[in-house]
Amino acid sequence: MTTTTGVAAVTGAVGSAHTRVEGRDKVTGAARYSGEVPFAELTHGWLVLSTVARGRIRSVGDGPVLAMPGVLTVLHHGNAPRVDTDYMGMLGRPNPIVGLFQHDRVPFAGWPVALVVAETSEQAREAAEALVVQYDEEPHDVAFHSGRSDAYTPGDTPIVKAETEKGDVEAGLDASAVVVDAEYTTPEEHHNPMEPHAATARWDGGRLDVIDSNQGSSWVASELAQLFSFDPASVRVRSEHVGGAFGSKGLSPHQVAAVMATTVLHRPVRVVLTRSQMFSLIGYRSPTAQRIRLGADADGRLRAFDHQAQSLTSTVHEFVESSAVLGRVMYDADAHHTLHRLVRLDVPTPTWMRAPGEAPGSFALESALDELAEKCGIDPIALRVRNEPEAGPVSGLPFSSRNVLACFEEGARRFGWADRDPRPGLRREGRWLLGSGTAAATYPSGVGPSTAAVTAEADGTFTVRINAADVGTGARTAMTLVAADALEVDPDRVRVRIADSDLGPAMIAGGSMGTRSWAWAVTVAANELRERLSLGGGIPPEGITARSNTAEAIGALTQKERHSFGAQFAEVAVDVDTGEVRVRRLLGIYAAGTIVNPLTARSQFIGGMIWGLSMALHEEAIRDQASGSHVGADLAGYHFASHADVPIIEADWVDDPVPGDPVGIKGIGEIGIVGVAAAIANAVWHATGVRHRDLPIRPDRVLCAADEARRRAAGGAGSA
Amino acid sequence: MAPSTSSAITLNINGEKYTLPVDHRTTLLDALRERLDLTGSKKGCDQGQCGACTVLLDGRRAVSCLQLAVAAEGRVITTIEGVADGEQLHPVQQAFLDLDGFQCGYCTPGQICSAIAVIEEHAAGWPSAATDDVRPEAGVPALGAEEIRERMSGNLCRCGAYVSIVQAVAQAAEATGTQDKEAVA
Amino acid sequence: MREFGYERAFGVSEAVALLGSAPDARFLGGGTNLVDLMKAGVERPALLVDVRELPLDGVGFTGGGGLRIGATVTNSDLAAHPEVRRHHPALAQAVLAGASGQLRNMATVGGNLLQRTRCGYFTDISKPCNKRSPGSGCPAVDGEHHNHAILGASARCIATHPSDMAVALAAFDAVISYETADGPGELPMSEFYPPVGDTPHIETALPPGALITGVTLPPSPVAAHSRYRKVRERASYAFAIGSIAAALDVRDGVVREVRLALGAVASRPWRARAAEQALIGGPANAEAFAAAADAELAAAEPLPDNGYKVTLMRSLVVAVLTELTEEVSR
Repeated sequence: MTTTTGVAAVTGAVGSAHTRVEGRDKVTGAARYSGEVPFAELTHGWLVLSTVARGRIRSVGDGPVLAMPGVLTVLHHGNAPRVDTDYMGMLGRPNPIVGLFQHDRVPFAGWPVALVVAETSEQAREAAEALVVQYDEEPHDVAFHSGRSDAYTPGDTPIVKAETEKGDVEAGLDASAVVVDAEYTTPEEHHNPMEPHAATARWDGGRLDVIDSNQGSSWVASELAQLFSFDPASVRVRSEHVGGAFGSKGLSPHQVAAVMATTVLHRPVRVVLTRSQMFSLIGYRSPTAQRIRLGADADGRLRAFDHQAQSLTSTVHEFVESSAVLGRVMYDADAHHTLHRLVRLDVPTPTWMRAPGEAPGSFALESALDELAEKCGIDPIALRVRNEPEAGPVSGLPFSSRNVLACFEEGARRFGWADRDPRPGLRREGRWLLGSGTAAATYPSGVGPSTAAVTAEADGTFTVRINAADVGTGARTAMTLVAADALEVDPDRVRVRIADSDLGPAMIAGGSMGTRSWAWAVTVAANELRERLSLGGGIPPEGITARSNTAEAIGALTQKERHSFGAQFAEVAVDVDTGEVRVRRLLGIYAAGTIVNPLTARSQFIGGMIWGLSMALHEEAIRDQASGSHVGADLAGYHFASHADVPIIEADWVDDPVPGDPVGIKGIGEIGIVGVAAAIANAVWHATGVRHRDLPIRPDRVLCAADEARRRAAGGAGSA
Repeated sequence: MAPSTSSAITLNINGEKYTLPVDHRTTLLDALRERLDLTGSKKGCDQGQCGACTVLLDGRRAVSCLQLAVAAEGRVITTIEGVADGEQLHPVQQAFLDLDGFQCGYCTPGQICSAIAVIEEHAAGWPSAATDDVRPEAGVPALGAEEIRERMSGNLCRCGAYVSIVQAVAQAAEATGTQDKEAVA
Repeated sequence: MREFGYERAFGVSEAVALLGSAPDARFLGGGTNLVDLMKAGVERPALLVDVRELPLDGVGFTGGGGLRIGATVTNSDLAAHPEVRRHHPALAQAVLAGASGQLRNMATVGGNLLQRTRCGYFTDISKPCNKRSPGSGCPAVDGEHHNHAILGASARCIATHPSDMAVALAAFDAVISYETADGPGELPMSEFYPPVGDTPHIETALPPGALITGVTLPPSPVAAHSRYRKVRERASYAFAIGSIAAALDVRDGVVREVRLALGAVASRPWRARAAEQALIGGPANAEAFAAAADAELAAAEPLPDNGYKVTLMRSLVVAVLTELTEEVSR
C-alpha cells in the first residue's frame, strides 16, 4: 500500500457537478428513513393531543383503553416517568412541550396529553381515538393582529437582538421628501416536510438507541440525555436519511414519547406523527404584522429607516420571528430603527422555519423598497444601488464580501430588466395581466464548531466521519467532494459517514451553517491526514486517522458582517376574471461564496425559490378563533405549490470570493426563499397596479382589491 | 353475528405472492411498510393528499394509503422496489438520478411511480386538465412541460424539486418513445 | 378507526343484500373519500361492502342516443372515454379538474356523487358540525368560511359540495339510477341533492340502503359545445373556490340553448336556471351574460369572507359563455 493519497493528485471535485452519493438508494426505494428500520417486538405509539385551547386535564380515562385489543400502556401526566426541562441546551432552554406528561396544564390546542402504545399501529390509532380525556376548560385567546396592547419587547438572545436604534427616526421622516409608511402581514406557516417526524427507541445492551429523523444527531442525543438525566455516553441517535426538515426537526414530543415508552415497556417503540399532529407539535413560523417606514430624498437616498415587526409566541416559551433583522444588513440611513415585538397567545410555540426572520421580513422590506422606488420614480434596482452601504448599517463592521449589486447586474441582464416599462397595469395577454418585479436577498453565513475524523484505510480508500445531517441538501455528497479535494484524491475513493451521534459533535443542519461548518472540520482533518501520509510509511490494518475540532479556530475568526446575498426576479400573470396569480418565471442570482456542488446547489436554490412562491401565493394555516385550533390542518387545507404552480425557474451565482476566510463556503439553504415573495408581490403590483401587503395573495384578495381599486377610481372621478 | 374483522389474503406484489393475515383496517401502504418490509412506498400524509405512497395497481397509479389491503387482493401491485429491471434502473429512475430530480428523497418513489404511469397514460391518449381541447378528434398534445406538470400534480414535493422532476419525466418519456419507435421499426 | 368486516360483492343484488345484513354498513368503491373519513373518525362503519368488482364499469349509448355510465367506472376511464369527450367535453374536463391522476384512477362515478364536503369543521371530529353531528352547531358561520356557500345555504350549514363531476352532470340533466332491496329506482340530478334547510346531515334523496348503479346522460346536442372551468387556490390538486359547467348554442347571435351549473357555491352543484332563462332567445354578448349572472346571483347570501364568490361567479359566467360563443362562431 502506498502512503500517498493518490498516484496522480486529483483536484477540482468542489465546483463540479456530482449526482448524490445516496441517489441510487433514493430512486430505488432502498433508502430507509426513520420509521422504516425493522425491529423484532416493535410496538407502536400514538400521541393523543388536547382538543381544548386552555385549561386543565381533569381525567384521563385509560381504564377502558387498556382493555382494548393489543394495547400495552397509556402514558399520561398521572403515570409518566419524570423528566427535567430545566437545562440549557445547544440552542437555549428547551421548549416545554418536550416535558411530556409532567403536569395537568393545557396551554394550547394540540398539547400532548397521552401516549397509547399497542402491538400494531391500527390498534394504537383506534385506542388513541377512544381515549376519553376530560378537561376543565378556561377561556383562550388566539387572536393575532397588529396593534395589540399587550405586545411587549422581548429580551435579547444570543441569536436575536430585539431592538437597534441610531439617530432620530421621526426627525428623519419629517425631513424626507418621500415617505413610505405601510403595514404588511404574513400568516402562520408550517414546515410540512414530506416525511412526518418519526422515532424508534429501544434499549440495547444498556444504551438507548434512537432511530430518528432530525437535523443533528448529537444535538438530539444531548437534549435527550439532559431531559432524562441519562449518561450522555449511553445515548445514541441515528438519522441516516431525513425526509425534509426545514427547521422543524430537533427535539420534539415524538422522540421523548418513544424513549419514555421503551423505558417503561422494555420493547422497541416507534412513534410517528400524523400530518395533522405536525401542525401543533413541531413548531411553525409565527404570523407577522410589520410596519415599515422609509424616508428618502427625492433621488431615493434613505434618510430614515424604521422596521417594526410583531410576531407571536406561546404562554410557555418565548420565540421571536426576527423579521426586522434585514435592515441591519441591507440598508443604512442616518436615522435607523429596527424592533421586534411579541404577543403571548394560547397557541403552540413557533420555531425556526426556513429563513426564519428573513423570509417574512424580506416580504415586507423588499415590498416597501419597491413602493419607495415607485414614489421616487426611479428603477427599483437603481434605488438599491443608491443605498448600497459600505459597512454594516448597525454594526459598522466591514462585510466579509458583499456582491449583491453584481447579482442585480447579472440578474437584470438575464431577465431582460432593461426592457421593462415601470408603469403598472399596462400589459395584457388575453385574460392575463402581466408584470415583473425584483427584490434583494440576504442571509447570514454563520458557522458552528464541529469535529471530524478522516481515515486512510488500508485498501486505499478514505473514510470521513462527520456528524452532519443530510436533510436533502446533499451534505453527504458535498462532504465527499470537500474531502476529496483536501486529500487530493478522486471522490470515488472517499466514503462519508454522517448522522450518528457516536461520530462526535458537529454543527446541526440549520441556519445555512451546516456545509460551511462541516467542510471546515473535514478540511482540517483531511489536510492533516494528507500531510501525515506524505511523510511515507505503511498504512496499518486499522488505518491512519486524523481528527479535527474547529471550536478554537471559529473563536478566533475576526468580527465581520458575513452574509450571502442575492437578487430575485419574478414575472407573473394575473387573471382579471378570477384573481388567480400564476408565476411565469423566476430567476435568482446569488453571491454565496464557494458553491461546492453546482448540481445539488442549484436544486437547493430553486427549492428555496419555490418556497418563496408558495409563501407568496399559497401557504397559510387558518386558526379557528372559537376553538383555538386549526381548520384544515392537512395538505389539502394547507397548500404549498404543486407541480402545476411551478414554472421554469433559473438559479445561478456570481463569483463571490471571501478574502481571508478559512472556508470560503457561505451556505445556501435559506437564501433562495428570501425576497421571492416580495419580488412576486411587486410583480403583481406591476401587473395590476394594486399593492398586496398581506400574504398569501389569494384569488379572493386579488378580486376584492381590484373591486376596491375600481370603486376608489370611480369615487375619485366622481368627486373631481 | 359480528363480521370477522380480519382476513388472510394473498397480495401479488412485484411479481411475488405474499400471503398474510390482515386487520381489515390495514391499508395497502401499511401492509407494504409494516408487514412486508417494502418500505420504498412512503407515508407523507396518509390521507391521499400528497402522493408519496403512489404505487401501480393493475398498471395504474394509485395512492396506497387510501387502498385497503384486503381490497387489493387479486390485483397486480407494483411498488418502487419493482420498477427497475434487476440492476438496470428504469429510465425514469435514471433520469431522476442524473438530473437531480429530488432532494430529501421522501416523495421520490411516489414521483417515479407516478411518472411511469403518466408516460403510459399519455401514450394511451388520455387528456389532462392542461389539454385545451379534450375532444378525441383533437388528439392529445405532446408531453411537454405543461402537460407533465398538470399530470404530476398529485405528487407534492416540499423540497421543491419540481423543475428537475419535470425535466426528468420529459427525458424519460423521450427515451421511452424512442424505444417504441425502434421497436416499431 | 374501529374494526370492521369486509365483504366483496360480485352482483348488484348481492351487494344490496350484504349492505342490509349489518347495521352501519357502507359500500366501498374507490375508497378515496370513505377511507380518509374513516381515518378521521368521521365515518365508523361496522361493515364495508366492496362494490368495485360489480359489472357496472361500462360506458355506452342508451337506445335514445344518450350515454349510460356505470357506477363503478373510474373517474379516469370516464374522462378518457372518447364518447364522453366528444359529446360532453365539459364532463371530461370537470373530472380531469378534480383530485389527481392517482385518485381519479381509484375513484368511481358513484362514489364521486356521494363525496362528503371538505369543510374543515366537518372533517375534524373535535369541532361542532350540524352535518356530522346534528344539532351541534355550525362554527363556520362565524368562523372560517372564505370557501363556503353563497347560494342555498342555511344558518345550520354553509358547506359546499366538493365534486367537479357533479357540476357537469347537473348541467346536463343527468339521471341517477339506483338499486334497493325493493328494486330499482331513478333520481334526476335536480332532486338528487336535497336543499340544506334544517337537515344538512341528509345529503342525498337516495332511499336507505340504495346502491347507485349508474348515471344516464340524456341526448343533448348542446352538450357538445360545453366547457368546464375551475378556479382554485393552487393551479392543480385542490378543491374549487368556484367552478362552472356551461354549454351554449348560438345562432345568428341569439342564444338558442344554454346550460349553466355552478360549483363550490352551494351544498349541491348549482344549476343556474334563472341565468339560463334570462339568456334564452336573447343576444349572446357580454352584457347579456353579465345580466344573466346577476339574475342568478341575486339570491346570493354572502357572509363576511366569501362575498368575493359573487364577483368570481359573475366573471366566470361571462368569461366562459364568451369563450363558448367564440368557439361556436368559429
